[in-house]
Amino acid sequence: MSFLPKPKLHHPKLPVNALGYTRRDYEGAISTLCAGCGHDSISAAIIQACFELDIEPHRVAKMSGIGCSSKTPDYFLGASHGFNSVHGRMPSVLTGANLANRDLIYLGVSGDGDSASIGFGQFAHSIRRAVNMTYIVENNGVYGLTKGQFSATSDKGSKAKKGVVNTDEAIDLIGIALQLGATYVGRSFSGDKDQLVPLIKGALRHNGPAFIDCISPCVAFNNHEGSTKSYDFVREHNEAMNFLDVILGREAITTEYAPGEVRDVVQHDGSVLRLRKLHDEYDPTDRVGAMHHLHERKAAGEIVTGLLYIDPDPQDLHENLATVATPLNRLDDAALVPGRKALEKLNASLR
Amino acid sequence: MSGTVTSGPMASGAVTATNDFVVKFANVNGSGSASANQLFAKSILRMGIPIASRNIFPSNIQGLPTWFEVRVSGAGHLGRRGGVDLMVAMNPQTWDRDIAEIDPGGYLLYDSTRPMPNSRFREDINVIGIPLTQMCNAAYTEARQRQLLKNIMYVGALSALLQIEPAVIETLLSEQYKGKEKLAKPNHDAFMMGREWALANLQCPIGLTLERADKVGERIYVDGNSAAGLGAVYGGATVCAWYPITPSTSLAEGFERYARRFRTDAETGKKRYAIVQAEDELASIGMVIGAAWNGARAFTATSGPGISLMQEFVGLSYFAEIPSVIFDVQRAGPSTGMPTRTQQSDVLAAAYASHGDTKHIVLFPEDPHECFTFGADAFDLADRLQQPVFVLLDLDIGMNDWLCEPFDWDDARQMDRGKVMTEAELESGKTFGRYLDVDGDGIPYRTYPGTHPSKGAFFTRGTSRDRFAKYTEVGAAYVDNMQRLLKKFETAKSLVPRPVERPASQPTRTGVLYYGSSSAAMKEALAALEAEGIHLDAMRIRAFPFHDDVMEFIARHDKVFIVEQNRDAQLRTLVMNEGGIAPARLVPVLHYDGTPITARFIHAAIAEKLPSLNVLPFAGAAAE
Repeated sequence: MSFLPKPKLHHPKLPVNALGYTRRDYEGAISTLCAGCGHDSISAAIIQACFELDIEPHRVAKMSGIGCSSKTPDYFLGASHGFNSVHGRMPSVLTGANLANRDLIYLGVSGDGDSASIGFGQFAHSIRRAVNMTYIVENNGVYGLTKGQFSATSDKGSKAKKGVVNTDEAIDLIGIALQLGATYVGRSFSGDKDQLVPLIKGALRHNGPAFIDCISPCVAFNNHEGSTKSYDFVREHNEAMNFLDVILGREAITTEYAPGEVRDVVQHDGSVLRLRKLHDEYDPTDRVGAMHHLHERKAAGEIVTGLLYIDPDPQDLHENLATVATPLNRLDDAALVPGRKALEKLNASLR
Repeated sequence: MSGTVTSGPMASGAVTATNDFVVKFANVNGSGSASANQLFAKSILRMGIPIASRNIFPSNIQGLPTWFEVRVSGAGHLGRRGGVDLMVAMNPQTWDRDIAEIDPGGYLLYDSTRPMPNSRFREDINVIGIPLTQMCNAAYTEARQRQLLKNIMYVGALSALLQIEPAVIETLLSEQYKGKEKLAKPNHDAFMMGREWALANLQCPIGLTLERADKVGERIYVDGNSAAGLGAVYGGATVCAWYPITPSTSLAEGFERYARRFRTDAETGKKRYAIVQAEDELASIGMVIGAAWNGARAFTATSGPGISLMQEFVGLSYFAEIPSVIFDVQRAGPSTGMPTRTQQSDVLAAAYASHGDTKHIVLFPEDPHECFTFGADAFDLADRLQQPVFVLLDLDIGMNDWLCEPFDWDDARQMDRGKVMTEAELESGKTFGRYLDVDGDGIPYRTYPGTHPSKGAFFTRGTSRDRFAKYTEVGAAYVDNMQRLLKKFETAKSLVPRPVERPASQPTRTGVLYYGSSSAAMKEALAALEAEGIHLDAMRIRAFPFHDDVMEFIARHDKVFIVEQNRDAQLRTLVMNEGGIAPARLVPVLHYDGTPITARFIHAAIAEKLPSLNVLPFAGAAAE
């Protein structure tokens, strides 16, 4: 990590987005993670995605649990409120925040220990409850802050830095998210910014539970020979299903593709997810097919990445609860307190 | 023997009382007795006579024993008295202990369809046999009807034996079955059948009689959980996250019921509230904290085991200074069994919940009326103080219907959202430091997410931050923050409900402290003690942190009893710890068998302990 304060000045000709913000306006405090940590690349991808989507930084709420990954919300979107909650419990805190104000964008950042072990239940239930959020797991298969223990996403047979071989079956969060009804499911790799940035953009524009499993090698404890979460291993076994471009309504679509080469999925908010197909047979709107494909390729030793499943017209928790359009945190006394008259009537019924 | 009236030696020892006795029903869970027993209880209320009713029930859907106790008290005593004057014994499983519980000279009403050997009765009670099963079998063919209407039939008999006005029952039945006239008729008929049989075959009335009075007034009859749920509606809560657990479940359900009634948009049908049944108590409190962080009023309802599970998050709520409201309907112990019994055993678990140095606001309502007011006040306190607020009910208040003052609301009242910096204030350049004590009361300002494009955002953490919410692990910054939290707790003392003092009729050097559901039994015990010449100043504690009045009260007395419904004298520990009081000055009076405390218990315990305490009578002390 660097101990130098981050300079606030930037080049006057730095490009600005539609809101007049530069990329720098989406940055946060300087990272305290190890040099080369995959998590920092994911933070950079989040910054890039928000900049490109012209998101007002203060309209984003950044939520996390505990761990290396959960520290990162401090390192991006410095003008957003952030909440570093307790270990494994980001999903419930995010759910509550979302209930209070449905108008903000909720970005949950978690790790494999945080979401697959201590917080496995909360991860699962927030997905099945259809909370409108972008949930990113920065997955390195290892506990970093406590120095190198296996996590629940460590593959069976994967080797720890000191040579111990993991004998427990790994939890595949993508498989769980698909089964529990996440309506936007993607996997990526922190070392592949071109794939990751559009995937985050699509998730931020998605109106339901969007889950991204991002493999993010731990340079300190899990980047060695024998690890299945190292830079080398992931690059070698990465099998991308498609390549995504997120096109907002106002952008003119100029690139031409041969018929059958791309597939456009229009999301609820009008944004277009343009998928450049890398596997002809893969249909990202077929949930059962996606689950099947995932397990099949996993058995073949591949790490399937890309936008694996998309339901372009999902229903979220607020729709399920039939809450009013006004955020609950903006309702005033008149909207909330029934008053004395109502109470008198109630009293009369209790005699 | 069926059809005959068995009778004990109805001698001079028979209890006689008007509007002052205890009736207990021993039933089988799931037999439909609850609505008949409620009918009985409510009919007495409608005659203008105060009652206190309590359900003692098992952790079971069907088959295990359940009891319903009705305390009739023209004098207005609403606690449990102790003892039973009339036992309606409808459960063979518990026959022996039910018979044993009757006061000498009391009465037993039982189903005499099958003959019972004399050895199963007592010599010193009056026995009333009614062939209820036989009558039901003769009148009905359907099994369920035979079972259900037997209950109404004994209410009919009781109406004759105790002189309940039949018109009152008629009115109640027609209210209950409004729009379901098909059900009203068989109930009415069964009631009359029981009543007429008793009038024809028994000596009516017995020594226990009811006489119309005017002692109920405007009071209402309601359970504390519903009242607290209603309080949350009036307190402006919009988010409820909870996990089902006896005895708190009906609190969340009460909130749902009233919110649906009062907060559904008439045009769109949309709701101005959100309720999530979470996967566990950890998620419940997590959602509450997330919602409150984002500016909504949020709460959870739980019981002891839930409090244990929420510990980590409660600490976060304290350190990160996020308002949270937790209704804890206390029960006895973990796992199953005793959890359907009442206790006040979460006092310490709530007051000092979580790891690290923490203390929380705790409110102790005495009845459903206070469940409502404290239920609403808790949200103002949580917002004002930005920390967890526990409202400690117990099963006795929460799940039983209590006669209490009607709910009241001042329409001029506005929610106190505490110190929240607005967009305009931020825009005007006002300094924002999330943990900066601007006003000297220990309470900092907060901002809601999404308030201003470039000002007022901060990163929320448990500890490790300075006054401007910047990350730091510097010890001095931590200490600075912890001292401010103490100052805030000091501020809380003046905001929480003050204790209520009830001075003795004569000067005394002995006092008694009590709280929560013990209040009603305590009042009766105080009256009984006074009648024996034992005078005690009494103070009801309504909140933690303790108001200075509490310590002054203790200072004014040589000995102070503390009446509690737990084994370890938890409030006493809290008083000793917070007030630096010598243990010997605080004498515990503890009742913790899972049943609500009784006036007789408190009376006996204090009367027994007093002589050994060596407290000088006031006059003697003055002569020293």
